Amino acid sequence: MLRVENLAKRYRTGDAALKGVSLEIAKGEIIGLIGPSGAGKSTLIRCINRLVDPTSGRVFLGDVDLTKLEGGGLRRARRRIGMIFQEFALVERLTVMENVLSGRLGYTGFWASWFRHFPQADIDRAFRVLERVGLLDHVDKRADALSGGQRQRVGIARALVQEPDLLLVDEPTASLDPKTSRQVMRLLTELCRERELAAVVNIHDVVLAQMFLPRIVGLHAGEIVYDGPAAGLTPEVLTRIYGEEDWTKTGPAEDEADAEHQGPSERDLEVAAV
Amino acid sequence: MRSIKARASATSKWRRCDAAQVQVRIRVRSESWPVNARTDTSPPPAAAARTWRPPRLIEDSRLRWAITIGVIIYLVLAFVTVEVNWARISEGFGRAMRLFAGFLQPDFVTRWPDIATGMVESLTMTVTATVAGILLSIPVALGAARNIAPLWLYGICRSIIAASRAFQEIIVAILFVAMFGFGPFAGFLTLSFGTIGFLAKLLADDIEEIDASQVEAIRATGAGFWQLIDFAVASQVMPRLIGLSLYRVDINFRESAVVGIVGAGGIGATLNTALDRYEFDSAAAILIMIIVIVMACEYGSSIIRRRIQ
Repeated sequence: MLRVENLAKRYRTGDAALKGVSLEIAKGEIIGLIGPSGAGKSTLIRCINRLVDPTSGRVFLGDVDLTKLEGGGLRRARRRIGMIFQEFALVERLTVMENVLSGRLGYTGFWASWFRHFPQADIDRAFRVLERVGLLDHVDKRADALSGGQRQRVGIARALVQEPDLLLVDEPTASLDPKTSRQVMRLLTELCRERELAAVVNIHDVVLAQMFLPRIVGLHAGEIVYDGPAAGLTPEVLTRIYGEEDWTKTGPAEDEADAEHQGPSERDLEVAAV
Repeated sequence: MRSIKARASATSKWRRCDAAQVQVRIRVRSESWPVNARTDTSPPPAAAARTWRPPRLIEDSRLRWAITIGVIIYLVLAFVTVEVNWARISEGFGRAMRLFAGFLQPDFVTRWPDIATGMVESLTMTVTATVAGILLSIPVALGAARNIAPLWLYGICRSIIAASRAFQEIIVAILFVAMFGFGPFAGFLTLSFGTIGFLAKLLADDIEEIDASQVEAIRATGAGFWQLIDFAVASQVMPRLIGLSLYRVDINFRESAVVGIVGAGGIGATLNTALDRYEFDSAAAILIMIIVIVMACEYGSSIIRRRIQ
């Protein structure tokens, strides 16, 4: 379904964000991409739909090599890839319906979209996904009038209305409270199962990733350092992905004890070494 | 359910290695801390004497004073060299009184045909020049926004804006009058040109500050370039564009009165004639009408701006 081969990205500043990443995702498979800030998670998913141009390597969606595409070909390929964003990235001043219909722009001519005259089939699609994500009551509200959870569901609806083969999800829960985060993750995984959608989910929250995503890929400094089941995320693996830290802190009973010796242990060790 | 169980088992696994880690950390930390840091709770004696002043822009106090005194001396000399001709001021004072007297008795009637023609000309000039200016400045603004346009186009469009902003309306008007002769056409061109410099610059700056993630999201759907501009850019800058355009309407009306003085038609020409003939009552009538129209524009645009937010 999606095959990433030896993908590398070096930014003009000289930072190597990705150093030869290879990855394969089957139809209907959903993977969690974890790693520290700056590990290249965002760059990786943006290289797939070419919001960022990779320096070398190849990305295949089915048989199509996405890295070779330009202009119209690239736009047609992007129609098959839905993307969901961290801060929702809705067009704030447009209505919910306009935001959802913007997912059909790749299939619509300029003047039709300018006059917001979308084909009836697209409008039907939009209503169906809005019903699925539970936003039928908010169709004509402006996006900036919604709550965080509702906005993210508009974001999901916009991606779904494309009827994509692949979903790229960039930190879907980073701006949401814990309850809404779980609801959004549940909705996402359910939708992928219903539609046999492949998905790459960038996620900061390891616990949430383990709850909802069966396969986890760990990225560290632009390289894949773990690719396996969520259950395999031992403290050793987490250390390999994120670096040295006390990985036991997620335990429920230790919260109070933690408050006293919080902060990176490396610093203490450094001081001791001096 | 299954995933929760998996997490629980993982947590317990971590807990086992936790004890050793915590021990190591506590030991290391107690070694690195000075012993008295824990026992001696009184503040160090140096704390009482610590003072703080904001850092100075110029560290050297002699240089600082030299610059201050130098500036004062220059200002005094500069003001002294301004020639004030008191005789002419007292002469002009009489004229000023007549002007104010004219204000108290504005004469709309005597020169009404001239005033009406001038007003209509000015308003026509304002509306047409604003519309033409907006239509021209939108593409220039898109080209002058670095986050949309390639570098070469950016250079061209920023140059157009710079050229338009470099010259005051009067100078442009003199130029256009010389090129196309007296009359409102020169005024129309002047105001359109001025509108491009104003609107294209402010709009371009606004486009450069739009939320890039919205653009990214629309691009990710496979939208074409103009759809991208429509959905992701225009929707973000539209309130600003409308606000600036309305603001430009009253700037253009005021400017239309000014450019008339150099022969570019409109109410300015009528005003100039009235002043030349010392018909202060007619001049006052014209000024009052300009004030009323500017205020009406201001009020109208504030209502519209409030409604589009």
